[in-house]
Amino acid sequence: MDFAITPEQKEIQELALKFARNEMIPVAQKFDEEGIFPKEIFKKAWELGLVNTCIPAEYGGTGFSSLDGVIISEALAYGCMGMNTSFMANDLALLPIVIGGSDEQKKKFLTPFTTDFKIASFCLTEPGNGSDAGGLKTSLKDGGDHWILSGEKMWITNAGYADLFVVYATIDPALKHKGICAIVVDPKSPGIELGKKEDKMGHRSSDTRGIRFNNVKVPKENMLGGVGEGWSIAMKTLDHSRPLVASSALGGAWRALDLSVSYSKERTQFGVTISKHQAIQFMIAEMAMKVEASRLMTYKAAWLCDQGVKNTEVASYAKAFASDSCMQITTDAVQIYGGYGYSKEYPVEKLMRDAKLIQIYEGTSQIQRLVIAREVLK
Amino acid sequence: MNIFVCVKQVPDTETKVTPNSDKSFIETSSIKWIMNPYDEFAVEQALLVKQANPAANVTVVRVGSVKDTEALRTAMAMGADDAILVEANDNLDSYSIAKALKGAIDKSGKKADLILTGKQAIDDDCLQVPQILAQMLNMPSVAVVVGFELNGTTVKAKREVEGGALEVYEMSTPCLVAANKGLNTPRYASLPGIMKAKKKPLAQYSLADVGVSDADRRVKYSNFQLPPEKPAGKKFDAADAANQAAVVAQVVGLLRTEAKII
Repeated sequence: MDFAITPEQKEIQELALKFARNEMIPVAQKFDEEGIFPKEIFKKAWELGLVNTCIPAEYGGTGFSSLDGVIISEALAYGCMGMNTSFMANDLALLPIVIGGSDEQKKKFLTPFTTDFKIASFCLTEPGNGSDAGGLKTSLKDGGDHWILSGEKMWITNAGYADLFVVYATIDPALKHKGICAIVVDPKSPGIELGKKEDKMGHRSSDTRGIRFNNVKVPKENMLGGVGEGWSIAMKTLDHSRPLVASSALGGAWRALDLSVSYSKERTQFGVTISKHQAIQFMIAEMAMKVEASRLMTYKAAWLCDQGVKNTEVASYAKAFASDSCMQITTDAVQIYGGYGYSKEYPVEKLMRDAKLIQIYEGTSQIQRLVIAREVLK
Repeated sequence: MNIFVCVKQVPDTETKVTPNSDKSFIETSSIKWIMNPYDEFAVEQALLVKQANPAANVTVVRVGSVKDTEALRTAMAMGADDAILVEANDNLDSYSIAKALKGAIDKSGKKADLILTGKQAIDDDCLQVPQILAQMLNMPSVAVVVGFELNGTTVKAKREVEGGALEVYEMSTPCLVAANKGLNTPRYASLPGIMKAKKKPLAQYSLADVGVSDADRRVKYSNFQLPPEKPAGKKFDAADAANQAAVVAQVVGLLRTEAKII
């Protein structure tokens, strides 16, 4: 048993943290306020190899483990959870190709992401289907030498900037999970209509939109796995991506802890710094415990994934615990900052707004508990 | 063309420095080490020269303790070709360090065409090693450099002088240039760079290997201590208009006799 990350992982982490501090933190507030998509920062992160960490080495990727990816994402989320959502969405969209794609599909779709800076979107959620993802309505009809895709997707990260979509659609809604397919779609295909950029509470620098597919022709060879294999690809994708999402919450919580520690040592009330008051100490101790526990669970979920062991249950622990903890920790950070914390001039209110989304996307905290209960009560 | 870059590992700028138990140096056990920021400009300049002259070889050299080789690994991850570490305690004086650097460069078997360093280390701020090293190697040198051009065997270096003016020097290689902030923007070590750095050669020498002995030490540290704590300020009450003139006279008197600043 070994709790230490390797010297190599330490170096990777230091690079990602340096990037977060130098490139992300100085502009995070402005990008959030004005809803600016961080395209240049995204590109710079790509140049350094900090994004698309899921692409295997044989297709030109860095060949990083799931744990390496989590360590990087944690550090980038320390910089800005909102920007990290955009970065992470690339991995989320590319993972189904890594998991369910043929060798030829991997060469065709993954390798271009290693030679050029490209953006991808994972399109699962629909206006009427969030937690009940299996009940999706977007349809896929056989058009002879191609598929015909029709329907509507919702809350799609990076949609306005994507060079590639991975879309989940069904050949027959009556078949439920068994009818679902995963298919790679070119966003420039005729018949695709993008919705307006959503005006969100947090993660305001990430681009989130609805997408409408109006009889979009998709090449037959773009289907990942066979007809009806989409559901299993999506579930395996989530086993890989949940530790990543957990790491984003972890990174945000870590930042809130760091900020709270330094602020409490500066702010004086009743003649001493507020760090000397037990009420503040208890909040900070609670934060530190939860950051540590989130980190242990998140790293373990990723490590299990790397061992090739089914990690569904632990990944759900990590996702639910880290995101709920991040919400609590960022709320307490605002409390420690007091009136200043509620002001946009200080960084903690943004953390609190950003934390909320992580309890919702990629399986709500409640869905994670359903998954956990199902595994525990098996 | 062989370029040598001399780098130092210094405590992270956020480190709380305390003297060690025998006061011979600072306590180093819990320090996070980083590459001296001025040396990053030197590494970047070497890599820019290499970009323009792909045949150039960039060697990074450091004199210091082995337990953490952060600075050398970072430089190789940024793109330097190889590295030399001369094992030594972290509290050597400038003369010994310069002599060790010279010894390491000689021992490498490569003829140095260009040596780049930071203008100073941010921990002890001695600002001497580049000049001593250039003298030992019998090379021209320019320090506090903010502009650098290499044409064939001619180096044009711009250095900052007081009042914001610039001096421009021309010298022939081999020569030494000590970098200041503003010379360039150091690149990040990319992740593929970090992976590649693991396979790059890192030679390790002892001080004896490079011809440095205790007799070379010109300076020995003996009594590190923290500066005295600042005493609390004095408050004067001048709320009452009647005694304001007296309070002002008292403050002025104290500034003159006690604080001795006027």
